[in-house]
Amino acid sequence: MHRLSNPGLSRRDVLAAGAATLAGSAASRDALAQEGVNLDAAGTLEAPSQPFHDTVRLTVNGVIRELRLDTRTTLLDALREHLHLTGTKKGCDHGQCGACTVLVDGVRINACLTLALMHEGDDITTIEGLGTPENLHPMQAAFVRHDGYQCGYCTPGQICSAVAVLKEVDAGIPSHVTHDIAGAPALSDEELRERMSGNICRCGAYSNIIDAITEVAGTRA
Amino acid sequence: MKFDTPATTNPIDALKVVGQPIDRIDGPLKTTGTAPYAYEHHGEAENVAYGHVIGAGIAKGRIAGIDTAAAGRAPGVLAIVTAATAGPLGKGKRNTATLLGGPEIQHYHQAVALVVAETFEQARAAAELVRIDYLAEPGAFDLRAAKGSATKPKESGQTGPVDTSVGDFAGAFARAPVSLDTTYTTPDQSHMMMEPHASLALWEGDRLTLWTSSQMIDWWTDDLAATLDIPKKNVRVVSPFIGGGFGGKLFLRADALLAALGARAAGRPVKVALHRPLVPNNTTHRPATVQRIRIGATREGDITAIAHESWSGDLPDGGPETAVNQTRLLYAGANRMTAMRLAVLDLPEGNSMRAPGEAPGMMALEIAMDEMAEKLRIDPVEFRIRNDTLVDPEKPGRPFSSRPFVECLRLGADRFGWSRRDPQPARRREGRWLVGLGMAAAFRNNLLMTSAARVRLDAEGGVTVETDMTDIGTGSYTIIAQTAAEMMGLPVGRVTVRLGDSRFPVSAGSGGQFGANNATAGVYAACVKLREEIARRLGFNSADAAFVDGEVRSGNRAIPLGAAAAEGEIVAEDAIEYGDLDETYQQSTFGAHFVEAAVDSATGEARVRRMLAVCAAGRILNPKSARSQVIGAMTMGVGAALMEHLAVDTRRGFFVNHDLAGYEVPVHADIPHQEVVFLDETDPISSPMKAKGVGELGLCGVGAAVANAIYNATGVRVRDYPITLDTYLDRLPEVA
Repeated sequence: MHRLSNPGLSRRDVLAAGAATLAGSAASRDALAQEGVNLDAAGTLEAPSQPFHDTVRLTVNGVIRELRLDTRTTLLDALREHLHLTGTKKGCDHGQCGACTVLVDGVRINACLTLALMHEGDDITTIEGLGTPENLHPMQAAFVRHDGYQCGYCTPGQICSAVAVLKEVDAGIPSHVTHDIAGAPALSDEELRERMSGNICRCGAYSNIIDAITEVAGTRA
Repeated sequence: MKFDTPATTNPIDALKVVGQPIDRIDGPLKTTGTAPYAYEHHGEAENVAYGHVIGAGIAKGRIAGIDTAAAGRAPGVLAIVTAATAGPLGKGKRNTATLLGGPEIQHYHQAVALVVAETFEQARAAAELVRIDYLAEPGAFDLRAAKGSATKPKESGQTGPVDTSVGDFAGAFARAPVSLDTTYTTPDQSHMMMEPHASLALWEGDRLTLWTSSQMIDWWTDDLAATLDIPKKNVRVVSPFIGGGFGGKLFLRADALLAALGARAAGRPVKVALHRPLVPNNTTHRPATVQRIRIGATREGDITAIAHESWSGDLPDGGPETAVNQTRLLYAGANRMTAMRLAVLDLPEGNSMRAPGEAPGMMALEIAMDEMAEKLRIDPVEFRIRNDTLVDPEKPGRPFSSRPFVECLRLGADRFGWSRRDPQPARRREGRWLVGLGMAAAFRNNLLMTSAARVRLDAEGGVTVETDMTDIGTGSYTIIAQTAAEMMGLPVGRVTVRLGDSRFPVSAGSGGQFGANNATAGVYAACVKLREEIARRLGFNSADAAFVDGEVRSGNRAIPLGAAAAEGEIVAEDAIEYGDLDETYQQSTFGAHFVEAAVDSATGEARVRRMLAVCAAGRILNPKSARSQVIGAMTMGVGAALMEHLAVDTRRGFFVNHDLAGYEVPVHADIPHQEVVFLDETDPISSPMKAKGVGELGLCGVGAAVANAIYNATGVRVRDYPITLDTYLDRLPEVA
């Protein structure tokens, strides 16, 4: 149970903190009441009678989807629980592991660290949008050939990241290990390892994953 | 099928499919995100509600009161389960602490409540409204402080003998012209598999189906039924894909029990995933150890005395970390002793993590061997070769089934360029980097377990295998398909493998590197029975029938396999059961790890640059997936050496760094290209497959090889894992 002591608390803060106990003034109590949030006599935040919902339209794997969602729903949970696209994995829900990596307008992000409603009009690509078992994306096929996975749980995130990494290198975006940040980054093992380090594989398939990415990068060049 | 005499030639030896490095058959599902894990069975149950687990906020004591009133009024809440509302619960025989705590609390983050709501967001928010008042009690949380109170633990099948003694260790050690007496420590570690523990529970009347993430289907079915006090036959456990386990999913956990209780309370299917920050304290972990090793040798380097003692802690009624056991078998020496002592600690439950016993035991023993070699001025590889033994050192009449340990050491040294190592540490510099080479032995026992399977032949000549075996990333689907394909004379594509369902025959399961050999041997046994039935139906003498290219052949007759099932599917079921070949022979796997490490002479940053493992593990059923097992284990070994460490708050009694940001595991940037070599070996004493385990061998010794490489690079010996900067920075050579 959280205790909040900031009297200048905004509605957004209250909602971000979830249900909370706060020492609210009468004024803030009225303001909150207008939003459907009620405080009892002791100042304890009573949860709203109903969650806040809103509508978002986004494109997922080429299909326009309109969802009415609890405003707290992450993009990750919108994909997994509402669209049943469970290829995007929840490993930590805190942006620590990379298992939920998806592409938003071609850029990789952790889907657990962003709310679905922030993606109005965005173009989302998940692992299911890259290829299917019968028609694998070249990166998926390379992961199979090089055994770049074991349990398979981090794998969709690794593959989405890998696809994005090659685009980032193509676009000349430097990384922490790029020796000349003004020049074109190399497709070296060192660059790939650095750029892939946000995707943890506890089974330890790293050596094979780098081989798979290198093969795809080589055939593209 | 009883396996009580060594295998002779059998259909597996054709090696048309078995032994081939084929791609995993489940690869296309895993790489496209279409393999369903525990939380993802959207098609299996309708109207599923969400459960959120609340973990205890104290390590030891009692719940004085739980106020669920506000949570119960929160939007969408359907039920709140606590020990007070759950009704009487039993305890699975494989659990130490109860899975639902209260009023007594046995460890921090022990589950104390489940809030079930219409949505995940509602359940999580409502859980914040549950108010719990505790009466905390003092507990013991510090292994080093509790070490003096440690007692002799109860002997079990898992521990082996708690104390062993051969000859006169004390006398021989005292007389040894060269000796070593050092103490090493290994920390608590967390499995941190990528998929947190998760379950979906569905009640249909008094029958429960649980989709979960389990390494051992039958153990879970058994313990879930026992905990709920319902007949085992009323429980079905399903776990087709498991997002990693490493021992953390061997035993029934709170997500499974609470999903079942939540579903019962809510009258709806309920799914529960442990949120990541709950995992390290709520579930099990690898316990920390303090290990004292003494070695005495002649000046020529023959070990005359060797002793290994280990102290670890666990909850009351828990067990020890068996860190001494490899020392009973790995090296020669006429005078020897081992001992394990166990302290009561009120930390979360300690239990198996990948290569329990050997993983931390080898981390200590193989530094000690490096230190001893240096004292003797003998090359560390040669020191190990000199003390090889072909028999159980405690029982010289008992040979190893196979032991190509020396071959692993020599081949590895040759391939790695070991001869270029400067035995004098801290002498090789490349720019600002201090560079060193280190090595260690790899050793892990091969365990035999009964394992059953069912095989079906259809009229089209396709074969389906059903067994409750699990694939935790190990490649079970693929090697089982390879086994059935080899036995029935089919391509892998004609074999369907169905795993992880308690409706299927009970297998060995996944753990202790016993899965591959035993589960495929069980499939072999079922296939032998299927071949006999097919031969009988086709009028062949089964001893003469050859199963080749989708046909059954004998003499000049050849009949398509499917013809035998023209009038209906043929089903055969059998198990592999073992005699005493593991008593007559010691069955173990061997290897050698080589590591090149570089340490920044100014900052102390340590990098692993090269790694090689040479492994002897009997027949390698699929070199591609077996190699992955080994590189993955090597990666975990780097973690154990350099970073993995559950930090204990010794006042409050919990693991502080309980998520993937605080508990560091290796990432891409930490791991170089890894090389693995398998010796071309079969072990006919292990099973008809002539295979042994390899998934844990790859971990045993890696940590010490890294530690020894860092010593060779810097001249700084660290005996307390993990070897983080603070353990050696002040001792690095002066920067020139």
